[in-house]
Amino acid sequence: MSRFRSKFDGYKLLLALAAPALALIAAFLLSSLVIAATGKDPLHAFAVMIDFGSKSDSQVWIINKAIPYYLSAAAVAIGFRMNLFNIGVDGQYRVAAFFAAVVGGALSLPGILQIPVIIIVAMAVGAIWAGIAGVLKTTRGVSEVITTIMLNSIAGSLIGYFLSEDRLAVKDGNLFHTPNIPAAGHFFTIPTDPKPIYGTVLIAVVIGLAYWFVLGRTRFGFDLRAVGRSESAASASGVSVKRMVVTSMLLSGAVAGLVGMPTLLNESYNYGTDFPAGVGFTGIAIALLGRNHPIGMALAALLWGFLERTGIQLEFEEYAQEVVGVMQGVIVLSVVIAYEIVRRYGLRMQQRKVGEELSARARTDANDDTAEVSA
Amino acid sequence: MHPAATRERVIKPSSENSSRPPDPGSASGVAVELRGITKRFPGVVANRDIDFTVRQGTVHALVGENGAGKSTLMKILYGMQRPDEGTISIGGEQVTLHSPADAIARGIGMVHQHFKLADNLTVLENTVLGAEKLHGIGARARRRIGELSDAYQLGIRPDLLVEELGVADRQRVEILKALYRGARTLILDEPTAVLVPQEVDALFANLRELKAEGLTVLFISHKLGEVLSVADAITVVRRGTTVASVRPEETTSQQLAELMVGSELPSAETRDSTVTDVPMLTVDGLHLSATDTDGVVRDVLDGISFTIHKGEVLGVAGVEGNGQAELVEAVMGMVDPDGGAVTLDGEDLSHAPTRRRRESGIGYIPEDRHRHGLLLEAPLWENRILGHATEEPNTRGRFLGVPGFPELLALRDARTDTERIVSDYDVRTPGIEVTAASLSGGNQQKFIVGREMSHHPKLLIAAHPTRGVDVGAQAQIWDQIREARREGLAVLLISADLDELIGLSDTLRVMYRGRLVADADPATVTPEELGSAMTGAATGHLESDEPPASAEPPASDDARPENGTGGAK
Repeated sequence: MSRFRSKFDGYKLLLALAAPALALIAAFLLSSLVIAATGKDPLHAFAVMIDFGSKSDSQVWIINKAIPYYLSAAAVAIGFRMNLFNIGVDGQYRVAAFFAAVVGGALSLPGILQIPVIIIVAMAVGAIWAGIAGVLKTTRGVSEVITTIMLNSIAGSLIGYFLSEDRLAVKDGNLFHTPNIPAAGHFFTIPTDPKPIYGTVLIAVVIGLAYWFVLGRTRFGFDLRAVGRSESAASASGVSVKRMVVTSMLLSGAVAGLVGMPTLLNESYNYGTDFPAGVGFTGIAIALLGRNHPIGMALAALLWGFLERTGIQLEFEEYAQEVVGVMQGVIVLSVVIAYEIVRRYGLRMQQRKVGEELSARARTDANDDTAEVSA
Repeated sequence: MHPAATRERVIKPSSENSSRPPDPGSASGVAVELRGITKRFPGVVANRDIDFTVRQGTVHALVGENGAGKSTLMKILYGMQRPDEGTISIGGEQVTLHSPADAIARGIGMVHQHFKLADNLTVLENTVLGAEKLHGIGARARRRIGELSDAYQLGIRPDLLVEELGVADRQRVEILKALYRGARTLILDEPTAVLVPQEVDALFANLRELKAEGLTVLFISHKLGEVLSVADAITVVRRGTTVASVRPEETTSQQLAELMVGSELPSAETRDSTVTDVPMLTVDGLHLSATDTDGVVRDVLDGISFTIHKGEVLGVAGVEGNGQAELVEAVMGMVDPDGGAVTLDGEDLSHAPTRRRRESGIGYIPEDRHRHGLLLEAPLWENRILGHATEEPNTRGRFLGVPGFPELLALRDARTDTERIVSDYDVRTPGIEVTAASLSGGNQQKFIVGREMSHHPKLLIAAHPTRGVDVGAQAQIWDQIREARREGLAVLLISADLDELIGLSDTLRVMYRGRLVADADPATVTPEELGSAMTGAATGHLESDEPPASAEPPASDDARPENGTGGAK
């Protein structure tokens, strides 16, 4: 058995490497085709991207950009792991960031209190916003896909309503934004040259560790994954599926609430009309790309940042500005398809191995048996 | 050892109908011949070197453990699977079947274990569906159906909706469908699994009728008594290969069972009753109503009361769909009943959540292991944790021991214990990292039984514990239930296999339309008596008119569980 297992594990490793390799090659080839179709040299484009992306200011930019992407992906992945599709991370983080900015702008506490208060408000608001979808799903049977999309739209209108001068915002030139958070409420930065890395990268690391720990090592995480794999089996095993739906939506929303923090606490210090939108949708792509895996998603978030950064440079080199968008799409598709192919292949190989091993065993048994019967 | 009646066999060549079969009346005409069939089928034991010949105008039984590869073999013959090696000949001509349509064109028809009928269509519509080209969909089709129904005495009423039909009638519609498409060889996959004894007799009468008309029937079963009573030839499949071809008059069910398992069966020992007078599970006045698809509120469970004592097996008989599944769900806490109480060992669990009930000592072998017992895509060791995530050895308390912190899983201990279950319960698997889906049904079930028994339950709910399980695993599962019973386990046993019910139970109840309508003493009751109570024809205490000697359940299936209480009472 041990021999089988070691062989098996080697195989597993090979399969695990096969999927990303396959995806990268496919994405590379397809992107090249697209660039070539626009009448440009694809190889030169890749050279430009690698050259520009590896400059130190680009690296800092990429890391800072990847923080909210990663948090957003983690929020989406919590839902994915239990078969819930939280499309509403986008609305959740914007509402959360907005109210956190309002609270942060209104208070002036010492930093040690101010920052946790802002973060907790953000997580709570995000959780409530996602929780609405969870409650509607368990009490009224409304699909979370529908409600979270609707809540995105409601979130936009809600923020738009409050973000005016006579309500919660101040006017600054052409822009409206919430009052600035006092300097004590600014998150620390890690000094690098020429620009610092946001200290909120720590939040992402903590969330990544918690994600790995809670899902993989705790009873709660096991229950959550069990519901994702089979609702009926989980329910028979003693998991309250309804409660799990609400809890995981709350968790997903709380993490979504953190998505706006790197921008709010390290960059803008207020929520204005120019606050980044759409990160929630990027998170879906990154969760898919990273296979819901804490490290996979980190790599995916960095890759995403890299593509966005180097895309700017491609425009200077007179490549079509849509090239990077196409590449991102191609990569996600390649990864999803490659993993599915490799997963099915692996499952078939595994079943074949089990079948072969057992029938080999049965054959020797059967030979013994026939000997007995004839004797 | 067989009741004389079951020995009666009509073996007459079909000389009456000489125009239709290509080689009528000749017992040597070969309907189907399989040579050296090998199929590597993912996850289950592969078919290899299958050899057998089915003669025209006979009922040929294919027996073997489930998971031995009978169904795969039939799928190969019906064109649903392609063999990796070997040849198939139909009517003496070697063929390659690419799809069921090919098989149908060559006169093979199949009645699946799970019927493939559209409930909201009539019998006529179901029959012509997909075969419109044969006789249209109108008067000609109706005439043809009438002819077939009369010729084989199927008693078809073409204008009834299928949803109005009982199981036996649906099965006849399936047979009709195959005949309508010109089948000369009918494959019946476990046709008696869903029938009560009276219906089985009617089915066998139909089969003899078909045989008399020169048709060939391939009959898959693991109920040896039935096989011996209806078949003209028997082929035994074990672990994917044909091990013997025997004639029913030259064999006994004991010998057949041994051929199937490949070794001698454990001999029946008489055992004393282990029933105590300490109540373990008390169910009192359980009531559950549900709204069906038409919006009508029905009582699914009504006035269900019973007590299971320590060391007692309470068997519940009933045609499926009479509330047994809901009863199990209510005791497990998966549905919340409208009324009534459930008490386990003095602890009121009437409205407790499922997890608390499991922690209080309820073990559960679900009816549908794929839906309720396993995470198919998860490795075995994660399935070890399923349902027992809060219990030893799967848990190691809270994170840092602080109350309110998340509970941690003891992954290493769970893995070690999975290895133990695999070896103690003889789960055939190459390791614990493979997914549950890779195992065959019998091994999945042995794993589930091992998992539930490992927590020393006070009450075991066993819903069809040996359904779709091979004879070897069946004997093991019975042994484990009996052994635990001796140590004071209370068992609620739901089964469609009446021999299993009679053999394992200390007390029998019959469920009909959500009520417990009859009770019986397993030492004296016959499957026929149970059968009539299951159809609502008899109620109250089932008392046999005949002397116990002849009322003893047929020893036909010698693989059935021995009667543990018969001697004591």
